[in-house]
Formats: sequence, C-alpha cells, structure tokens
Amino acid sequence: MFLSRCVRRIHPGTSCRWVSFNTNEHEQLRESVRKVVTNDINPCIEEWEAKGRFDKKFVLKKLAEIGALGITKPTEYGGLGLDYSYNVPFLEEIGMCRGAGVVTGVTVHTDMCCPALIRFGTEELKQQFLAPSISGEFLGCVGVSEPDAGSDVASIRTTAKRDGDDLIINGTKMWITNGTQADWMCMLANTREGKAHKNKSLICVPMNLKGITVAKKIQKIGQHCSDTAQIFFENVRVPASNIIGEEGQGFMYQMMQFQEERLAAALAIPNQLDKVIEETAEYLATRKVFKTPLLDKQYIQFKLAELKTEVEAIRSISYRGAQQIVEGEDATMLASMAKLKAGRVARDVVDTCLQFHGGMGYTEEMWISKAWRDCRLISIAGGADEIMLYIISKYMGICKD
Amino acid sequence: MSLRILVGCKRVIDYAVKVRVKPDHSGVVTQGVKHSLNPFDEIAVEEAVRLKEKKHASEIIAVSCGPAACQETLRTALAMGADKAIHVEVSEAEYATLQPVHVSKILAKLAERTQANLILVGKQAIDDDLNQTAQMTAGVLDWPQGTFVSQVEPEGDSLKIVREVDGGLEHIKVKLPAVVSADLRLNEPRYATLPNIMKAKKKPMEKLSAKDLGVDIAARIKVVNVAEPPVREAGAKVENVDELLGKLKDLGRI
Ligand SMILES: Cc1cc2nc3c(=O)[nH]c(=O)nc-3n(C[C@H](O)[C@H](O)[C@H](O)COP(=O)(O)OP(=O)(O)OC[C@H]3O[C@@H](n4cnc5c(N)ncnc54)[C@H](O)[C@@H]3O)c2cc1C
Repeated sequence: MFLSRCVRRIHPGTSCRWVSFNTNEHEQLRESVRKVVTNDINPCIEEWEAKGRFDKKFVLKKLAEIGALGITKPTEYGGLGLDYSYNVPFLEEIGMCRGAGVVTGVTVHTDMCCPALIRFGTEELKQQFLAPSISGEFLGCVGVSEPDAGSDVASIRTTAKRDGDDLIINGTKMWITNGTQADWMCMLANTREGKAHKNKSLICVPMNLKGITVAKKIQKIGQHCSDTAQIFFENVRVPASNIIGEEGQGFMYQMMQFQEERLAAALAIPNQLDKVIEETAEYLATRKVFKTPLLDKQYIQFKLAELKTEVEAIRSISYRGAQQIVEGEDATMLASMAKLKAGRVARDVVDTCLQFHGGMGYTEEMWISKAWRDCRLISIAGGADEIMLYIISKYMGICKD
Repeated sequence: MSLRILVGCKRVIDYAVKVRVKPDHSGVVTQGVKHSLNPFDEIAVEEAVRLKEKKHASEIIAVSCGPAACQETLRTALAMGADKAIHVEVSEAEYATLQPVHVSKILAKLAERTQANLILVGKQAIDDDLNQTAQMTAGVLDWPQGTFVSQVEPEGDSLKIVREVDGGLEHIKVKLPAVVSADLRLNEPRYATLPNIMKAKKKPMEKLSAKDLGVDIAARIKVVNVAEPPVREAGAKVENVDELLGKLKDLGRI
C-alpha cells in the first residue's frame, strides 16, 4: 500500500514518463469518495439489499456533489475533463461499498454507458443524455445482452428499423443492471440487414417511452442492492438522430467501450479484496483453535500472503491499463487481463477467507459471506473469463477466429 | 466588522490508523502512515468557510507548522474553501519537540503579519491531545478567548459564542479580535469537491520559517520514553448478576 503508485513506461526513442495515481489531488479525491462511501452509502446498504435496489437519487446526488460523476468527462457538459488517472482513486474507493451491488450500479453509470457517447455522440445527444448523467439527474444503463446473446454479442436480435426520421425498436434486453430505475439506455441494436459486425448501432434510448416494459427484476444469488432486469421493447419509437456516431458502427463502438467497462470493473476490486483479507486476519487473530489464535498458523499466514500478492497483481495490471488510456493507447489486452485476473483472484480471496472463518463464514451475519456471493459476478458480467481469454489469445496471435 | 480569519491546520496521523510505537521508544511510527487534517481543525476550517459564505468574513488564511508534508494538509483546507495558506516549515527533528507554547507564538506573530482579527483552531489535536494552543495564543496576544465552542455568531465588533462546558452550555460574548477553539458539535465539515480540489492547487501558499517570524522553537521538553498502553486482557461472559458480583468480590473490587 505504501509503494508509490506510479507506473513507468518507456517509449522507444523518448525519455521515460510516469503517470502518477497518487498526487495530492488524487489523494484528496480518494478521501472525498471514501467519506461518501463510509458516511453516506454504507449505512444504507442493508436497507437497499432488502429492497433489491439502491436509492439512485441519493447515491447520484452524493457523488455528483463531490464532482465524482464527471471526473474524466468533458467540461462542456459539466465534467472536469481530467485524465483517466483521476478515475483510479474514484474506482478504488467506490469499490469499498459494503455491498458490491452499489459498485456495479454506479460504475455502469459512470464508466460503461457513456464512453461511446462521449467519443462519437452529437452535441444534442450529449446535452440530452451526458449532461444530466454528470449532474446526477439521470441514471444510465447498458443494453447489450439478450436472452439468446451474451458472450456472442454479434448475435443479438433486437432491431431498430428506420421509419421516416425515427427508429422503431423491437426486442428483449436481458441482465440489465440499473434496468428497473435507469433514465436512459445505451442500447446495441441491429439497424439493418447484413454482416453481424456492420449492421448494428448504439442508440440512446430514454427509458420512459411507450412500449418499454420491465418484464422482471431478476432474483440473483448476490449483489442484491443492484437491480438487474429483463426489459421488453415493443414498437418503441426514438428519433434516428439518437444513434451514437455512425449508423452500422455500433458493434465496433461497443467493443471499444468494453475497455473502459472492463478496466473499471477491475480497478474497483483490489482495495475491496485487501479489506477482506485484513478483516479476515483480524478475525483469525482473535479466534482460538487448539488453544492458539488461528492467525498464528503458518499455513494461514502463507495463504493470506499469497492472496495479498495476487491482489497486488490485479492492481498492477489495472494501473498499466489505466496508463495506456491516459496515453491514448489501445488498452484492450491489459483491460481484458485485468478483468480476468480480478474475477479469478476475487473468487479465490473470498472463498479462502470464508473457509478460514469456519461456520461463522457461512452465516448472514458476516460481511465475508456477502462478499463471497457478490464477488462471484466479476467472472461473468462484462464478459465472462473465457471471453477475456479469447480476446487475450487473439492479441497473442494464437487464435485465428 | 469584517473578519480576517487565521485557521490552524495541524497534520496528524489519520484517526483510522492503528498507531504503533517505534522500536526504540523515541516516539510513534509516522513513516508511511496515512496522515490527515486534524478533525477538530477541519471543523475550524468549515466554520471559517461558513462565516465567509455568510459574508461575515473577507479572507481565510490556513496555517500549518511542521515538515514539508504539511503542505498537503494545507491543500485540503484550501480545497474546503480557505483563500490562502501559510506553511511554517519546521524540520522533522524540531517538530518532535514542538509544543503549543511554540505554535501559539507563531500564530500570534502571523496574526499581526496578516492582520487577522479572528484565530480559529481546533480544541485539541488528536495526536497529542494537548488542548492548549488556543488558550496560549490568546495569552500571548492578550486577546479574549472562546474555547470548546459549539456555536459562533458575529455581532457588531463581538462574537456571540456558545461553549460546551461540564453540565451544559455557556453563552458568552467576546470582543474582537479573539481566539476561538472548535468543539465537535460546531458543524459537520463538508467533503472537498473535485472542482475545488483542482482549484486549490492554484491558490497561493506562502512558506516561512519560525526564524522569519522571530520565534524560538528550541525544545522545552525531552522525550524520555514512549510506550504502548497495556494490552487489554480478554473478558469473560457471566450468566447473571449474582455471578458478576461473586467475581467482583473474588477480585477484591467490591
Ligand atoms: C448481475 C448481472 C448484471 C449484468 N449487467 C449487464 C448489463 O448491465 N448490460 C448488459 O448488456 N449485460 C449485462 N450482463 C450480462 C453479461 O454481460 C452476460 O451474462 C455475460 O456476457 C455472459 O453472457 P451469457 O450470460 O449469455 O452467457 P453465455 O454466453 O451463455 O455463456 C455461458 C458461459 O459459457 C462460457 N463461454 C462463453 N463463450 C465461450 C467461449 N468462446 N469459449 C469457451 N467458453 C465460453 C463462459 O464460461 C460463459 O460464462 C449482466 C449479467 C449479470 C449476471
């Protein structure tokens, strides 16, 4: 933790450069996010878990007040226009919510539904959807997955057919985080016939339109304070000008914005896992078995040391991915590796720590049992581990698909 | 009367850190340990900012005495709304024996220099818990003081103050210029916003030494030994009151 959080990169032919994630300004932002999380969000989590959704107005207001919804977003729409390094302390600290559902809901809003809109959207679209997302008035969601298309994004069936100046949307979106309470969706839909990678568009869809029905709130094994919905779209009419960027480029845009999504998912993990390990060690220091504290057993010490090292590896890969984004480079490979590592290590950490808690670990009373349920998602949502491996093998040149 | 407020901002080990004693017992471990603005000083800064927002104050100057890292603490005060900052640099070695008697003299000199008419500080710092700086500063300057305040209200050339005292609240009025120390319930400090954090980077910060101010900070104390408090022994559960009384009797406590 005390190592300087810098990443060094040497560009061929130029002097080396450091991107720092811990200047005094980064640390002050971290402190403010931490205060919102510990003083405002965490005391409400139990209530939100029972209700099955977090209070979007409250959470967005608190985060907007400290400027955390617009860190890297353009200043013209109320953002701060800072480089991606400032997103790092935000994600690390929001990850410390004592219910990962809030983390998922918030990061979908801040890091997953907006990148394409920012990069390719028109001025009008940004005024209509980006500005209120930064001010905390609107909550966003991402509509890519469908009942019959998750890992294979190209096979989605939802259509948005042209009708004069409008699009008529028909289809079903599945697993939509924030789905029951979002104000707008960044939706991927087929806007024409033809090749699966060239016939799709990203579309900004206001969620209060006629023909949109939240079919059901999905009951999950964890992340209870995040609402996840299946949503029907039946002849939903939106202006064709709601298409982000070029019509037909949606698949590519979505593949691009998956980088921010996956890196954000990974960056939110390490601090949270450090806390799990720390609290487990504290518990084990007081828990006596065979007359001595469990923490005195070298087997347990080494296991925790191993896990701590793995957590540091997620952090390092993620920081290098963040560095690439700051430098405007393609972060696909590192973002995929970071997400893969985050998912796998998180499962390992929470499972091992739960095990060391014994029976107490299996009770609802302990945070570890919630962390165990909540963390399982990382290896599935935002692209399963196997999809990360697929991307990495493509970048290695060993997968010829 | 428009207020020019000097606010004390001590850099202390963060309240959430488990403080450890150095192996040589010369002090506590500070290297690599998270530090932050003393919580009571944070309340003082917040109060100053509120006074300015209510147009009672024209300028807020944050002051910190200590090693270079204190500048980070001052940036926090600037991000909360202080207008400028003064860092009185004190070396690590001298800082180990710096005490309220020194700080109060520095604050007194700075009050003259900045023409402040209100000095606002926390009632105590959470590291040494000394609770003397406000009182000594008032003494050095021969200004009136309001300590442990939970309410401050400017009125003409005075301040109406509510103090938290044993057994209740005391209402007093002090004439300006004055020294005030903040208690826990004075306010709830705001969280620094990212726009203000970035703006704070550009606010002026003056660097001075105690020598520049003509204050002698030679040590008045010698640290003999710093030790951990005794470890609390494990407790035991009793079934009922009788058993409790029995145990207390056995221990000779009743
Ligand atoms: C709680 C939650 C929230 C979500 N939020 C959103 C959201 O907000 N927006 C959104 O669009 N989607 C969301 N998703 C959907 C998520 O992205 C998908 O669940 C994920 O991409 C996997 O798709 P699938 O569920 O259809 O599984 P499938 O595609 O059916 O895959 C099943 C499993 O097969 C394996 N597999 C897949 N492909 C391969 C391969 N090529 N080789 C080997 N093995 C493979 C993997 O292990 C995978 O887990 C969410 C999901 C959950 C559970």
